[in-house]
Amino acid sequence: MSTPLTTLFARGLMRRFGAHTAVNRVDLELKRGEVLGLLGPNGAGKTTTMQMLTGNLAPTEGEISVCGIDLLARPTAAKAKIGYLPENPPLYRELNVDEYLSLAVRLHRVPKSKRRDAISKAKQRCGLTDVGPKLIGNLSKGYQQRVGIAQAIAHEPDVVILDEPTAGLDPNQIREIRTLVRELGGSHSVVLSTHILSEVEAICDRVQIMHHGSLVYSDTIVALQALHSGRTVVLGLRRPPADAELAQLAGVTAVERMSDKLFRLQLEADRDPTEQLVARSVEKNWGLYQLAPAQTSLEDVFVNLTR
Amino acid sequence: MIFTIAGKELKSLFASPLAWMVLTAVELITGWAFLKRLDDFLQVQPQLVQLPSPPGVTELVVAPLFATAAIVLLFASPLLGMRLIAEERRNQTMVFLTSAPVSIGQIVLGKFLGLLLFLAIIVALVSAMPLSLAGSTRLDYGLIASLCLGLLLLAASFASVSLYISSLTSQPVAAAFGAFAALLLMLLMSEAAGDGMRARGWAVPAAFVQVFSPLKNFEPLGKGMIDSYAIVCSILLSTVFLVLTVRRLDARRLRG
Repeated sequence: MSTPLTTLFARGLMRRFGAHTAVNRVDLELKRGEVLGLLGPNGAGKTTTMQMLTGNLAPTEGEISVCGIDLLARPTAAKAKIGYLPENPPLYRELNVDEYLSLAVRLHRVPKSKRRDAISKAKQRCGLTDVGPKLIGNLSKGYQQRVGIAQAIAHEPDVVILDEPTAGLDPNQIREIRTLVRELGGSHSVVLSTHILSEVEAICDRVQIMHHGSLVYSDTIVALQALHSGRTVVLGLRRPPADAELAQLAGVTAVERMSDKLFRLQLEADRDPTEQLVARSVEKNWGLYQLAPAQTSLEDVFVNLTR
Repeated sequence: MIFTIAGKELKSLFASPLAWMVLTAVELITGWAFLKRLDDFLQVQPQLVQLPSPPGVTELVVAPLFATAAIVLLFASPLLGMRLIAEERRNQTMVFLTSAPVSIGQIVLGKFLGLLLFLAIIVALVSAMPLSLAGSTRLDYGLIASLCLGLLLLAASFASVSLYISSLTSQPVAAAFGAFAALLLMLLMSEAAGDGMRARGWAVPAAFVQVFSPLKNFEPLGKGMIDSYAIVCSILLSTVFLVLTVRRLDARRLRG
């Protein structure tokens, strides 16, 4: 069986609720093995988009195809290739983990002979091996979230769609889930929605930013980082000179004093004055103790676009 | 797929106290009704023997027992039906089914079948009571079979109406009360409308109204009469409400 390169494709996706347009002409394309971060403030239309991508909500306009299968014309065939974790994991609290996952693989038409393997593989990937016979209702939030992810990946879907998978988890659990998503990206395509910027930077290959229902930014993380890294540096000096003296350095376009000893310097794109800065600092005994590229690149984009 | 979903519904049902409470209550109520009827029968039996063609124990004890069971079903099915869609929507678990490669028709049929199977357990429990007399008296097995069929069809009607009302709201209690009210109204209103129309000679509308009168369709079977029209009406009633449920759920996907 040939596996198409593009696993998820959506064009001109639009959804109106009465007079309100929740999602407006969103295009989306996902290649095999890619992790796409869908970023946006609350109410930007991320969840609505994901509901449409998973066939839970019919788009007012636009087309969606999963591995070349039209989701709107052949929903059952297309849905078999999708795994979906909604914002609130759809867990039956009265079932135990094994029963629930067995129901998930049967509903997703995994052949009988492969069900046992599929379930144990999903449990192993999500760290659920020990909790198989436990009732879902008795598990902690972190484990419940993992069960939600396990049901989304148990049938080995081509596209995994995760709506805020790390919401409400503690930092350790967040790291675990991120590692898991990164792993998933190796064999599946993943769409992930979040409003946490560092999450996108940590695990996504590409990022699309939504605001008021429209896509306002779409690029790869690498391009984004190349575009913005080095443009701003944070400088810490024990015996700082006047702002004007720093501004005179070649390549520095603006100086912003963050505190007594911390400065944020805006730099020209093609000139890097770092060397000169270090040399001058030693020469004038400014007491340089910190010099770091500002890691707020995505945040800058996000704030600029969605304000 | 339909059976997978039906199995899931039954499993969830038996994992909750509701199922066991309903079964216990059914046993208590119908058991008491059965013993009371039997006691009455034993007291009037000497007089009955003097009649030229006396009614048997099946007519005098079992038929009323099944009527009691019908009332219990009327209460039980809205309560059990509220879980099927309204509660799934409130718990936001419905998306588990709608994201799976399963059509809405299969989801609805699976849920309906799950509820019907549970109600069939009630019917089986009730019919086990008269069968306990098998060793000591002669039973009219034809009538018992006919009563069972009638009660099953009645259960199917109740289940489909409860399922439909359950799809209208995400408030389980509202769904249960709504279904109960709808069933009661259907029993009262269509009964009267049917008779009134027949008295005026409106045969066709009366026949149409009979579709929506579950109890009227139960009556002939309750007397041991296999009335194919009543059976068709029962099946039609269930079908109508199942189709409405599918349409309702599909509209949720379209309108959000």
